[in-house]
Amino acid sequence: MSLLEIDGLSIGYGGVDIVSGLSFGVDASESVGLVGESGSGKTQTALAILGLLPGTAAVSGSITLGGQEIVGADDATLNALRAEHVGMVFQDPTQALNPYIPIGDQLRRILIQHGLADGSDADQRVMHMLDRVGLPDAARQFRAYAHQLSGGMRQRVMIASALIAAPDLLIADEPTTALDVTVQAQILELLERIRDDTALLLITHDLAIVAGHCERMLVLQDGKLIEEGKTRKLFSAPATEHTRALIDAAPRVDTAASPQPVSGEPLLDVDNVSVSFQERDRQRQLHAVQDIDLELREGETIAVVGESGSGKSTLARSVLGLIPMRTGRIVFCGKAIEGPVQSRAIETRRDLQLVFQDPAGSLDPQMRVERIVAEPLAVHAPDLDGEARKARVISMLERVGLSDAFLQRFPHELSGGQAQRVAIARALIVNPKVLVCDEAVAALDGSVRREILLLLRKEQQETGLAIIFISHDLAVVRSISHRVLVVYLGRLVELADGEQMFTKPRHPYTRALLDAVPVPDPLAPGGRLSVKGEMPSILEPPSGCAFHPRCSYAHARCKAELPRPRTVDGTRVACHRAEELLERF
Amino acid sequence: MSTFTKAVAHMRSSKTVMISGGTLLAIAIVALIGPWISPNDYMTTDFDRLFQSPTFSSMNLFGTDDLGRDLFVRTMLGVQVTLVVAVVASVVSLVIGVLYGATAGYIGGRVDTVMMRFVDTLYATPFIFFVILLLVVFEQNFLLIFVAIGAINWLDMARIVRGQTLSLREREFVDAARLIGVSTPRIILRHIAPNLIGVVIVYVTLTIPQAILIESFLSFLGLGIQEPQTSLGNLVSGGALQIEGASWMLLIPAALLAIILLSFNFLGDGMRDVFDARQSR
Repeated sequence: MSLLEIDGLSIGYGGVDIVSGLSFGVDASESVGLVGESGSGKTQTALAILGLLPGTAAVSGSITLGGQEIVGADDATLNALRAEHVGMVFQDPTQALNPYIPIGDQLRRILIQHGLADGSDADQRVMHMLDRVGLPDAARQFRAYAHQLSGGMRQRVMIASALIAAPDLLIADEPTTALDVTVQAQILELLERIRDDTALLLITHDLAIVAGHCERMLVLQDGKLIEEGKTRKLFSAPATEHTRALIDAAPRVDTAASPQPVSGEPLLDVDNVSVSFQERDRQRQLHAVQDIDLELREGETIAVVGESGSGKSTLARSVLGLIPMRTGRIVFCGKAIEGPVQSRAIETRRDLQLVFQDPAGSLDPQMRVERIVAEPLAVHAPDLDGEARKARVISMLERVGLSDAFLQRFPHELSGGQAQRVAIARALIVNPKVLVCDEAVAALDGSVRREILLLLRKEQQETGLAIIFISHDLAVVRSISHRVLVVYLGRLVELADGEQMFTKPRHPYTRALLDAVPVPDPLAPGGRLSVKGEMPSILEPPSGCAFHPRCSYAHARCKAELPRPRTVDGTRVACHRAEELLERF
Repeated sequence: MSTFTKAVAHMRSSKTVMISGGTLLAIAIVALIGPWISPNDYMTTDFDRLFQSPTFSSMNLFGTDDLGRDLFVRTMLGVQVTLVVAVVASVVSLVIGVLYGATAGYIGGRVDTVMMRFVDTLYATPFIFFVILLLVVFEQNFLLIFVAIGAINWLDMARIVRGQTLSLREREFVDAARLIGVSTPRIILRHIAPNLIGVVIVYVTLTIPQAILIESFLSFLGLGIQEPQTSLGNLVSGGALQIEGASWMLLIPAALLAIILLSFNFLGDGMRDVFDARQSR
């Protein structure tokens, strides 16, 4: 008999079943991946296993863990079961840790509450656990509060608290979705390494993670289990259309081909741009972007890639005039443009458009789709009459793949993908020359993401649109970028043609990023650990090359002297050792 | 308007809103029609019927007062005055408060600081002192009450609207509008204002009882509506003097005042739920 046995589980809210007739098992010390798109019922299933569903949920069927029934069990039974037999790691460690209690005490309480240890014995075990999850100087961190730790360290503490009672089953719900890719690789490796005999149920939307870390996988669609089996077998020969589609939609950083470089007219020249913010309480300056050069050509897509806090969004917003630059110059179509967006010429404002990450947030919740898409016309083509304007809106919606049935919808009545199409329609209806996409597909499911990328490609081919594509996800970027700009702590690290960047990176940081991206292929799963630690705070940047504390190739010179971007073999790269390292990558 | 039709649909489904709104509507209708069909009027004194307890015989439904005036008609008149004060004062505070708050919040920076420090200064001024000052400088009249109450209420409204505007200003759809090229006044009008409606409507229904209370309080002190005109505050004040001999003189207006206040409070709470539910979806 399996450790976890789920039989005919259904979860409903107000008569609508979110999960229906779900049955599967997890054996002792096995690692199982539970995958599906958003809304497929993954998280609801996890909460049901923990007995954490809200009272409004109608639950039927059976869940047994080590022979103990969970559905309908009372609180005392569930409490005993949780922590002692099941550990849980949530997506957002910030919310899961109590901000008022030192992390050591939080872990200690688990042991004492369940009578697993007392006094100094408990302290010893907590210290040991913190040490095992890789917290540097565990004895000191014992007294630290959650806010004093970085995101990656917090997730390590979460893992420690989930495993400290040596449970039989560990449930990890999107444990790395909120983390940067280099930290993700570290956390996944850690999970693998320290779980010992604990079985792992890994819930994720990212098939690449499952490919590298799970023996078996389960595929959910609309609350139903549509397929299960060995990970390798499922990837090589999926039985259902949906699984096939999920695998195909997962972007691959290792094989997808980047488009050939374009040789169009230079359109937008970003020259030596720096952006700083004044720290509110102190006199310090926060240098979010420093000395970035970029030249965008007609019909070209440049991806701006970096981990969170690297300044990529700030760069884009300062180009658009939403954030003031400290120094630098922007030349657009041969003319220098400056100042905040309100003071720019109306044609310039028309020609530079932005698509945001959160599609719902960028649409006015009080307006219908028709008015949202028509608004730019009211500004840039005020003499169009109502009829003509509506016709333009309808044809624009068709271009982005929406019918006129959407005209009267409100933003909250749209799915994420539809809302993003509306946002793209609003940006493109005035035929801009440059479109900035700020993490425009990060919040979308794999299949929807691919459709949106295809849509952007199509628009580019038809109209010669130039795109600045900001993303933290290298895998997404590969198939669409003519060139890629990698930034780290606000500075240019490498700027190269797409194909060049992905096959022969010049900078150790680019190499590390590429290595860390997991690949949806169980035979070559990627996600390798090739960089230590996490990105330092931008308020206290390291001396010399900002990357040197994490770089395995750093010399004394890297610590002392800031490397200026220079051209090595056709690539702009900011590394003292770029030439010698060429051979090594 | 879209927001409105949706909000109305939601209000229909909210019991609190329907019951409290219905009660208020009923009271308002009776207060309008009552004095008109009653055989008595509000000023005529009748020394044969001093302190008459409520009776059907002469249609003194709520009895008479110490001067023999019909209390039903006087109470209905008081309700009228009270409701008018409430609505006018709230509209005054709404117009000034929303314009002031949205401007301060959207422009921000130094303008915001100066505008809001002015509000803080007014907050620190003792209200009664302020009203007495007004009554001394100008003649005591009906209009002054509105001005006085509105002048107090708009401060809260301005603060709330400003706070809301500050957070709206950072929303991405406002950035999107700026990028498209929409002008600042148009952004305030088409993007900021419509998104403020929810908060403002809720807050207005909550300031109405405040206005009513202030009016009653002023009248109770003798600073408000003057005889032979009357308001619920005046009636309660007069009734309090006769509490032993003619308790109806106090109980009936006081009960009506309480019902009106509670209804407005429930209406505000209900509205907040309605708009919250809409926003969280």
